[in-house]
Amino acid sequence: MSIIKVENLYKVFGKEPNRAIEMVNEGHKKDEIMAKTGTTIGINNVSFEVEAGESFVVMGLSGSGKSTLIRCLNRLIEPTLGSISIHDKDITKMDKNELSELRKESVSMVFQNFAIFPHYTVLENASYGLKVMGVAKEEREQKALESLEAVGLKGWENYYPSKLSGGMQQRVGLARALATDPDILLMDEAFSALDPLIRKDMQTELLELQDKLQKTIIFITHDLDEALRLGDRIALMKDGEIVQIGTPEEIMMSPATEYVEKFVEDVDRSRVLTAEMIMKKSSTVIHYPKDGPRVALHRMKENDISSIFAVDKQNRLIGIVMAEDALTAIESNETSLDSIIQKDIPTALPDTPLKEMFALMTGKNVPLAVVDEDSKFKGIVVRGTVMAKLAEGGNAND
Amino acid sequence: MIDFFIPLEDWINIGFEKVTYYLSPFLRAASNFLEIIIGGFEDLLLWPPEIVIMIVVALLVWILASYRLAIFAFVGLLLTFGLDIWEPTMATVALALSGTAVSLLVGVPLGIFASQSNVVERILRPILDFMQTLPSFVYLIPAVMFFGMGKVSALVAIMIFAMPPAVRLTTLGIREVSGEMVEAARAFGSGRWQTLKDVQLPLAIPTIMAGVNQCIMMALAMTVIASMIGGGGLGNVVLRSMQTLNIGMGAVGGLGIVILAILLDRLTETISKKVKKD
Ligand SMILES: Nc1ncnc2c1ncn2[C@@H]1O[C@H](COP(=O)(O)OP(=O)(O)O)[C@@H](O)[C@H]1O
Ligand SMILES: [Mg+2]
Repeated sequence: MSIIKVENLYKVFGKEPNRAIEMVNEGHKKDEIMAKTGTTIGINNVSFEVEAGESFVVMGLSGSGKSTLIRCLNRLIEPTLGSISIHDKDITKMDKNELSELRKESVSMVFQNFAIFPHYTVLENASYGLKVMGVAKEEREQKALESLEAVGLKGWENYYPSKLSGGMQQRVGLARALATDPDILLMDEAFSALDPLIRKDMQTELLELQDKLQKTIIFITHDLDEALRLGDRIALMKDGEIVQIGTPEEIMMSPATEYVEKFVEDVDRSRVLTAEMIMKKSSTVIHYPKDGPRVALHRMKENDISSIFAVDKQNRLIGIVMAEDALTAIESNETSLDSIIQKDIPTALPDTPLKEMFALMTGKNVPLAVVDEDSKFKGIVVRGTVMAKLAEGGNAND
Repeated sequence: MIDFFIPLEDWINIGFEKVTYYLSPFLRAASNFLEIIIGGFEDLLLWPPEIVIMIVVALLVWILASYRLAIFAFVGLLLTFGLDIWEPTMATVALALSGTAVSLLVGVPLGIFASQSNVVERILRPILDFMQTLPSFVYLIPAVMFFGMGKVSALVAIMIFAMPPAVRLTTLGIREVSGEMVEAARAFGSGRWQTLKDVQLPLAIPTIMAGVNQCIMMALAMTVIASMIGGGGLGNVVLRSMQTLNIGMGAVGGLGIVILAILLDRLTETISKKVKKD
């Protein structure tokens, strides 16, 4: 079920928003409208839905409207036209009190520059949302302590933020957002101000937290690596429009426009990583034609895998056998692998780059075999490794 | 010769009479209120034995600022006692402090109001600019007209004169709080008032304190001029010295004012710095 539903959303900064919307619908460009009417198109006819528990990443260059979009979701910025439903209620029609309730109860936010209150202690910061809700002091401090603990800041409650590093300050920001136990977390470039190592740690921690808490997260970033790593789905924005929405794989595989392609090309750094560097060398194989389906199944069970590669005596790759097929063969009392072995499978060379491996694997549920020029079996690469490395940016020295 | 005469003087006098007539209940209430404030301050400073005041002031300064300034305060006050200007000095302190208090009482809320509304700020700004360009004597006129001669009208003149920095710096302090801070408060459901109370005002305090400092210094400067309409205190000592060409007396009065000016300036400055650090 979708928890957020945005339909035909527009935001125009400046006077005469209606005229600007008319012009944009007639196909005029953002710059042209700016020149003619003096208004800026922040959001241009954006529609999307987000499922409960989903991590939805919005990506785009600076000025593409990401911050504007995320601020429309809690109406820190008033949308000009269109509707936004959260829990099936149109928030664009909410009055002040309803809106305040929404912000207190269901939607909280983490900011790019942390926006931690310098005159409050870490604990007071973390309990701020609860204070606004009118929760009694003892109870709110109890809850704030729990959420500080969840982000790894136990013991820092009584410090002032100025004593904390950037990464720790953003943990306070995260704790503050989590303390009210909202359904939806809005994170506007929450990790962009952090240095790369800390940033990666924070991503890991967010993923771990998300595993436990199952919040719906809208995460803004201008960084593809971060998007790939955090997003269940990614929306790409340009000039206020969403140009593509899809899973990380879809975006990488079939960039909808040149703009997306440019973004995706950024990950060409992943060329640095090759199959040889990420493959598992010590993987179990069966021998063809010596072994039959029973041996194959036995090996798979032993190693807790669902498919296995077959090689000949010279260790040349012959094909792959799936567990289900082996099972069927056993039931029909076959003793050879001939009827079930799949020989036409994609393979990678030791120096095949990461991105190509990704392409080879798409849509297939089996690991990729790595072979040398003489078809000699070298090892396997599993899908998870490829995705993880892609998300990390694919640098060889990681 | 052309016969050309504008009876502006009469118009204003008549108009003024009418205005004061209709305003008289309000003016009387305001006058009573101001009298209570200034009287309260004077009693507080003049009723206890001098040495008690000196010690208490020195201790307060020590707590609020530093021991060095506390020593200065004690010696300075002792000096005024020795120069036999204790009473006018205390009267001046009472006048300057009550002027500051009333200025802040009106100026800070006005500044907050202007920070919340662009319209209000756009109306207030030229008025404040105008007020600051006027020579300080001009403030004496409406004060005397509405409240006659005496301490109350001195207080009113001081209040009008010293208020602009309080308004201005309050507005500035609130407006310069970063947008992201305000957004953060609002994103958690804070309304306007709560955002102001929780975030904007606390973060604006260093700037507001700078306004308080300016306000005190201007109030003190104005006490001297306000002696012309019955403000009393050290200003009166200086005024009398000029009328009687008594240079020595003028110097003594001037010295008292300088001591107060240094003490009040350093004190508020140190407090501002301490606030900023926290
Ligand atoms: N308050 C505003 N007034 C006018 N234009 C704005 C305002 N906020 C954002 N914009 C414009 O809207 C566009 C999108 O901005 P923003 O949402 O901040 O982009 P991003 O977060 O993707 O960098 C930009 O062209 C920006 O200049
Ligand atoms: Mg932004």
